[in-house]
Amino acid sequence: MTALLTVDGLVAGYNGVPVLDDVALTVPPASIVAVLGANGAGKTTLLRTVSGLIRPTAGRIVFDGHDLRDVPVERLVRLGIAHVPEGRGVVAELTVEENLRLGGLWRRDRADVRRAIAEVYDLFPPLAARRGHAGHQLSGGERQMLALGRALVARPRLLLLDEPSLGLAPRVTAQIMALLGELRDRTGLAVLLVEQNVRGALSVADRGVVMSLGRVVVATDAASLRADEDLRHAYLGF
Amino acid sequence: MERFVFLTFDGLSKGAVYAAFALALVLIWRGTRIVNFAQGAMAVVTAYAAYSVTAASGSYWAGFAAALLGGLLLGALIERGVMRFVEQAPHLNAVTVGLGLVLLLQGVLGMIYGNEYRPFAAPVGQEALTVGGMPLVSPFDLFVFGTVLAVMVLLALLFTRTATGLRMRAAAFAPEVSRLLGVDVNATLTLGWALAAAVGALAGMLVIPTGLGLHPTAMDLVFVTAFTAAVVGGLDSPAGAVVGGLAVGLVLSYVSGYIGSDVTPLAVLALLLVVLLVRPGGLFAGVRARRV
Repeated sequence: MTALLTVDGLVAGYNGVPVLDDVALTVPPASIVAVLGANGAGKTTLLRTVSGLIRPTAGRIVFDGHDLRDVPVERLVRLGIAHVPEGRGVVAELTVEENLRLGGLWRRDRADVRRAIAEVYDLFPPLAARRGHAGHQLSGGERQMLALGRALVARPRLLLLDEPSLGLAPRVTAQIMALLGELRDRTGLAVLLVEQNVRGALSVADRGVVMSLGRVVVATDAASLRADEDLRHAYLGF
Repeated sequence: MERFVFLTFDGLSKGAVYAAFALALVLIWRGTRIVNFAQGAMAVVTAYAAYSVTAASGSYWAGFAAALLGGLLLGALIERGVMRFVEQAPHLNAVTVGLGLVLLLQGVLGMIYGNEYRPFAAPVGQEALTVGGMPLVSPFDLFVFGTVLAVMVLLALLFTRTATGLRMRAAAFAPEVSRLLGVDVNATLTLGWALAAAVGALAGMLVIPTGLGLHPTAMDLVFVTAFTAAVVGGLDSPAGAVVGGLAVGLVLSYVSGYIGSDVTPLAVLALLLVVLLVRPGGLFAGVRARRV
């Protein structure tokens, strides 16, 4: 089965300072790949390079046959990739409804956008209850729901998720992780999940990629990662 | 008393123009964090365009339309061709470029049209109508109120009810996230400049008939006054721009009426100084919502 996303030999950084050093990974369709590692390992930089916010200096990024290095950031969502950045990126000054509409503005099929928004409200009842509220009035968990919901309005095939558990209570994190698994199983969604919460990520992931200092040090199935104690101690802190 | 009422209406009429112009400045500020120092010069260019079109066609309204369309075009051209290169740079660069544009535009206008003051027609009478023996408002004042109100309603509808308006607001509040959601942020910037320039062009058409005439520097004082109004209202607040514009219009009208019109430019600058010293954030300064 060909991978949905292939990253190969990726080198990237900021202002000449290299952060990613020859990174390679694949994301199969309908799977969750967790990207783990300490702060500064390059996990966020990896996602930002895949979505085009950072241009790589070397390497390839191929999504469903498209070379993403030629694709401007704005066109990514049309290809089927939704990136929920670090910090969620809920537009605080806009309402819940406006944030969701924003996720679907690029689409021609307005009826399907309305359906997708309705589905998001079904998925996240707290959002439905607060659709007229501004982003800054929501709790952390609600903002995460909104950021996810907004990404789902675009009906993506690949979700790039940067630390969704950040600042959230354990119960809410567990709900989010379970939801990702359910979306994968029900709709065939693929997720590249950057997480510091290793247990949470591995509880739902199919594969795990461990990064350290800009390189991939381990890439294996999630079950092996969960079981390998030395590995966990060395790179994941438990 | 008569004088006070007259000065009040006159102040509100001028204030409406300052409000519109200040709104144009706030539009650009919110979208790009740039104060467009060339806003006044751009409005003069479109006023000259209206002048030429009216002279050639004999129709004021053809000239009026030419000014607004010209504003859209000029705003887009200047954003794409000039301001794009300083949008990410330190603010001073954008100010310098703006001032350079003023010199360029005014110089070119002087070369084409010469430096004499030309009479600039208004579509309706500028004599105040008397109500109960008291001169109140002129038809032109009513025209000014009407058009400025219409523009503000249209802009409000655009920003709150349309997809384009949503894109523009999102791009202004959160440009990076908006790009990830498929919004062409560069295109929204260009559109913002085009709209702001059209609003500035309208302000020019509304104020030049009431002054000394059409001249390359005709909008200089208006720019300073409207900028003061925008600062008074808080550069981030469209509502503040409107209130600030009306307030400044009233203040200047009273100064001009009771003290003398020579003092007016001084009064504008003094007001700006006071506001910047006492409440630089403006009357409507709110807490900026955090990025979440």
